Amino acid sequence: MSEEMYKEMAQSIIDGDSDKSVELAQKAIEIQMHPLDAITKGFVVGVNYIGDQFGKGEAFLPELVMAGEAMKAAVATLDPELRKLGEAREIMGRVVLATVEGDIHEIGKTLVGTMLSASGFEVYDIGVDAPADKIIGKAIEVDANIIGMSALLTTTMVRQREVIDELEKEGLRGKFKVIVGGAPITREWYEKIKADGYSEDAIGAVKLAKELVGKE
Amino acid sequence: MSKNIKSISNPKLKLEVLTTEEVQKIHDATLWIIENVGVRFPSKRALEIWEANGAAVDHEKKIVRAKPQLIEDALKKCPPKYILAARDPEQDCSLDGNHVYLGTDGCGVEVIDIETGQKRTSQLSDVRDISRLADATEEVGFHWVPVSAQDVPPEARGLHEVRAIWENSTKHVQTESIYNADEAKAAIEMAALIAGGKDKLRERPVLSLMQCTAPPLGHDGGSLDAALLAAEVGIPTGFMTMAACLTTGPVTLAGNLAVGNAEVIAATALLQLACPGAPVFYAAAQTASDLRTGAYTGGGPEDFLFGAATNVLSDFYNIPLSMGAFATGAKDPNWQAGLEGAMSSFMASVVMSDMLLGCGFLHGSRIWSFAEMMMDCEIFSIMHKMMKGIVVNEETLALDAIAAVGPGGHFLAQKHTRNHMREIFLPEFMDRRPYSEWESKKDDARDWALAKARKKLKEHQPDLLDPKISAEMAKIIKSVEKE
Ligand code: B1M
Repeated sequence: MSEEMYKEMAQSIIDGDSDKSVELAQKAIEIQMHPLDAITKGFVVGVNYIGDQFGKGEAFLPELVMAGEAMKAAVATLDPELRKLGEAREIMGRVVLATVEGDIHEIGKTLVGTMLSASGFEVYDIGVDAPADKIIGKAIEVDANIIGMSALLTTTMVRQREVIDELEKEGLRGKFKVIVGGAPITREWYEKIKADGYSEDAIGAVKLAKELVGKE
Repeated sequence: MSKNIKSISNPKLKLEVLTTEEVQKIHDATLWIIENVGVRFPSKRALEIWEANGAAVDHEKKIVRAKPQLIEDALKKCPPKYILAARDPEQDCSLDGNHVYLGTDGCGVEVIDIETGQKRTSQLSDVRDISRLADATEEVGFHWVPVSAQDVPPEARGLHEVRAIWENSTKHVQTESIYNADEAKAAIEMAALIAGGKDKLRERPVLSLMQCTAPPLGHDGGSLDAALLAAEVGIPTGFMTMAACLTTGPVTLAGNLAVGNAEVIAATALLQLACPGAPVFYAAAQTASDLRTGAYTGGGPEDFLFGAATNVLSDFYNIPLSMGAFATGAKDPNWQAGLEGAMSSFMASVVMSDMLLGCGFLHGSRIWSFAEMMMDCEIFSIMHKMMKGIVVNEETLALDAIAAVGPGGHFLAQKHTRNHMREIFLPEFMDRRPYSEWESKKDDARDWALAKARKKLKEHQPDLLDPKISAEMAKIIKSVEKE
């Protein structure tokens, strides 16, 4: 019975079908399946499958994004139950993600967020044109492990440094790992501003984030 | 040297990429989007203008919904023709629907150094070098700020860049790197120095602005404010959509065209509501995001189709078009770069896009290459030649020569041949040598293109900008720079 249901759960994620994944999550609650089992034996299997296919170049970006959304929806449905049980899903780490102030380039940042979520990170994407205090404030609020900043303009990449300087000033630099990315971001730049890492693409960003939280 | 500007005109080739009914359908879909979904205008001034003209404005979300009539009436006020004035009036570009001009591409972040061949961060001296080279190149009709001057303060960078171009070239300057009100005000003052007064800019706009839209269905506040300021003084302004299938636009090409069109014509209508008759242009560089990485491809069959289709739209609205062409994801001036440059420029030229943007870039509009620039220019020359098509008349049918040669023999000694031989295209960068010669040198187009760029840069001296004007510009820039 459960085996069947786990399979259906995985399939709902593979199909990127949020309605179905939520329905299955509710059903799991009704039949008192342990929410962690629903996640790890059911839904996560689907995410891993799509992730694998994506890595092999056989699944495409929209499939990955839709799987991510279906996963998010299922987890959100199960979350209250988990809390009731006083348990939490194991996550890789918490990441606050933003495109810096003055910059509205969104896609790269969003993709990095999608990949991080798909890899088990809890991602707080606070959008584009985000000022330093908003980024830092959010990182403190959610007790983030990593602050990720995207900047696509040569005029806005300086904002990445401002955030790092601000963290330094407030004595918070040691609390968060900082990673940066975007079209003009190079190794030289990330070293210069003393970030903890940079990556040229979303897959690299995941690898980096895992290393930084000591899970690679 | 090179006072002449090469442009495509009176083309003989034709291409029907969209039928009249299809264009009408895209237009109707666009109006539906603007009326029902709305477009985001995050600028106080823009929202006020919309509201004053009866559009529905959601101030919290900054979304404007406008009735078709409002948009269509406003668009009728766009001037169909005007010039992009050059510092040297002989180099004005006429945006009249019968000319295609090539510009340099813009806003690169790195440069392949012309001497060392190493990739490095772009700086002000690169802007100078590239504009001087463009000044010397007849294929280049006007400039974009080719790369960003990352060695000057960000708040006045766009101003340093346009000054550097004016100092190194007499051709028209268009910039995509001025996208806030402060810099726009200063840039207008600088342009006025060349035109001979702010009131002369309408007649001789020596500067034009290109602003990106923020797909899907949005705009950037700073860009809108800069555009509104430019429109007031008659500086031509265009909004460029880069809606990308899959990510910022629908996956289907027609839907992507409609989304981009909604962004562009809504902003264009705004400028007409604010300043009726202001010179505006349509600008576009739509693409399809890569299925596997989401990367901005800049090239590929979808881009080529967009290149031709967009001009049909801008013709429908009777405004000039600036079309993204020559974009490539190639990392090196190679097969891919050549293919993408040739196809995109062909598709955009055959439908007579007024401006092609532009030559010189690699790696999805990020890396400037001097060799790539020279090779793109040769591709443009090939398009220029092809658009002339095949002329059929008594002289070109050459019956006298054919009769004189008869069966067998050759045409090399015919007067007719000598009279017309210079009409045959003579490439600079195509390898037609004996194999053994290539084998002994192993060089190719890239080496020759680079050598040409080096030589021109060494030799070419542009007409100087009046030092007084230059000094005035420096003062204006200083006033914008933070202490
Ligand atoms: C936290 O850790 C990490 C780790 C890795 C990270 C990371 C964070 N963030 C990114 N990564 C990395 O992983 C991602 C996934 O693989 C990658 O993200 P990317 O974002 O690089 O890749 C995406 C998947 C696809 N790539 C993209 O989406 C960007 C592509 C290009 C062509 C681009 C686009 C599409 C846009 N643009 Co703009 N745009 C360009 C870009 C040129 C280029 N090829 O990069 C660039 C960046 N833009 C530029 C410019 C000038 C501008 N743009 C502008 C606007 C736009 C659009 C809105 C039209 C659009 C974005 C749409 C949107 N909703 O996001 C304007 C700026 C507005 C503003 N205030 O921000 C405007 C100023 C133009 C204007 N005059 O209006 C240039 C910057 C030049 C410079 N010197 O700074 C530019 C290089 C193109 C060019 N040559 O003109 C990696 O970088």
